[in-house]
Amino acid sequence: MKPSSTIKNLVNYTMFAVTGLCTVIAVGILFFILGYLVYNGGKSLSLSFFTNLPAPVGEMGGGMANAIVGSGKVLLLATLIGIPIGFLGGVYLSEYSSERIAFTIRYITDLLNGVPSIVIGIVIYTVVVHPMGHFSTFAGGVALGIMMIPISVRSTEEFLHAVPQSLREAALALGAPKWKSIVTVVIPAAMRGIISGTMLDLARVAGETAPLLFTALGNQFWSPGWNQPSATLPVMIFTYAVAPYEDWHRQAWAAGFVLLTLVLLINVTARLALSRGTYVPRG
Amino acid sequence: MSSSVTVPESALPPRGAQSFISRLKAGEEIAYLITLTAGVTIFLITALVLYELIAQSALSRHKFGWSFLFTSVWDPVAGNFGALPFIYGTVTTSLLALLIAVPLGLGAAIFLAEMAPPKISNMMTFLIELLAAVPSVIYGLLGIFILVPVLKQSVVPALKSVFGALPIFDGAFYGMSIFSAGIVLSVMIVPFIISVSREVLLSVARDQREASLALGASQWQTIWRVVMPNASTGIMGSIFLALARALGETMAVTMVIGNTPQIKASLLAPGYSIAAVIANEFTEATGDLYLSALVELGLVLFGVTFVLNGMARLLIMTTAQKGAHK
Repeated sequence: MKPSSTIKNLVNYTMFAVTGLCTVIAVGILFFILGYLVYNGGKSLSLSFFTNLPAPVGEMGGGMANAIVGSGKVLLLATLIGIPIGFLGGVYLSEYSSERIAFTIRYITDLLNGVPSIVIGIVIYTVVVHPMGHFSTFAGGVALGIMMIPISVRSTEEFLHAVPQSLREAALALGAPKWKSIVTVVIPAAMRGIISGTMLDLARVAGETAPLLFTALGNQFWSPGWNQPSATLPVMIFTYAVAPYEDWHRQAWAAGFVLLTLVLLINVTARLALSRGTYVPRG
Repeated sequence: MSSSVTVPESALPPRGAQSFISRLKAGEEIAYLITLTAGVTIFLITALVLYELIAQSALSRHKFGWSFLFTSVWDPVAGNFGALPFIYGTVTTSLLALLIAVPLGLGAAIFLAEMAPPKISNMMTFLIELLAAVPSVIYGLLGIFILVPVLKQSVVPALKSVFGALPIFDGAFYGMSIFSAGIVLSVMIVPFIISVSREVLLSVARDQREASLALGASQWQTIWRVVMPNASTGIMGSIFLALARALGETMAVTMVIGNTPQIKASLLAPGYSIAAVIANEFTEATGDLYLSALVELGLVLFGVTFVLNGMARLLIMTTAQKGAHK
């Protein structure tokens, strides 16, 4: 072999190893994170974590039952606000709008998606919290709901796009009006993808902390109804982690473990559902 | 059958209002209007975000003008507000994060898109997507309790023994610092650089690669001289996206940056970022001017990330289209 081609191959193998190492490091971080949370979180987790209210400072024990329920309520409201708008927006983009309008809306959606979550928090504070005069579960739900819209729009649009044109044409040829073909043929064909997209969307906002800091705020007690400040898991993790008490740190680990398990479980389920038997829209 | 229900076109009065009503009856216009409303809502929300930030920061903008961005006094008691230390902290942590994350992320993206066997690539990509899903508050938690102690015990002493003479590694290290925040941020943005760059690389036309390989180039030579130049605009876009994300990241940074508004040459000194000061002080802000100054910080953050994201999307689209046309 010529020396130049030996060098060429040597460089090739070296770069294979180097880029492979980069990948291993990145993936290693995931296992590192998982490992620490399972170890520290599992150690601190107990049944009382799920059933008890937070204990006052200085007292050992206590749980985050109110934060778990609070997170559930905030996410429920967020889904009710974000998903209908996002879903219908996605249908508009895919089925109704002209290419130019679709481009603009898609662009704006991506920009809205990139707005830092803390900024969404500020805006909901000035629009919802300030006029109402108090922090509330409701405000937290609105903040997360707005954050859900962009991803919902984009994933709905993508999965509708992947439905073959011939299905639409067949429905129209049978005499169905366009809306009926969309509702009874196109959307059901894309349903699995849309549901998975919604789950991923939910998993993303479930861990959002910054927009809840000055909307849902926090609460050491139960928060009945929608009009009072409410504890949520991510905010609790933050508050407990930066506090100077050893026992709170344990609680923060436990909460982190629960939150991460939840988020990753939803992710894995949704992604597996996607990879099986549906179109994966690419290009 | 549905066709028996619809009125024949010829039986209707001339087009115009009547045909609109008939289509309305068929549900077509209603469906159109409902989805259109949702589409327009997205516009309105984005506009509302911008409007609120501008309107609510009016007090601070009028009082301080542009000097808000260039002065470094942050004194809520005296009602004097300057954003420079926060801007400094935000920019340094983000640049430090890019410095670490870009080589790592690009390397991994090249491996996943070009070099790895498909099975391994799919598996790894799946795991990287999971990494991207880890909430930022979890990164903060690990930052406080795992990363900072490790930095304090081994990494920083080692760095200081080698680079101690440099001003950026000057002074005592107490754990919470610009340096720690930069490292946490770098870990957080790596998955984004990987997944966007990987998509961009995959969108480069296949025949480009085949032509290069046919000429006798090795796989790496093909990647480096043919694929990368073709993908460079899109990769730039992915870096911009990651930068925008780093600039706006709140929780993890708030938890490890030290929350001290100062400008020090040393990376080991504590600092403060725009997002962190908003997170910490917003609920405690007494007085309209204080609140308005914090909203103005939000406006700055919004403006910068908006422009960066806008450019990034265009760059990525350009590359994707280039690949599609060939």
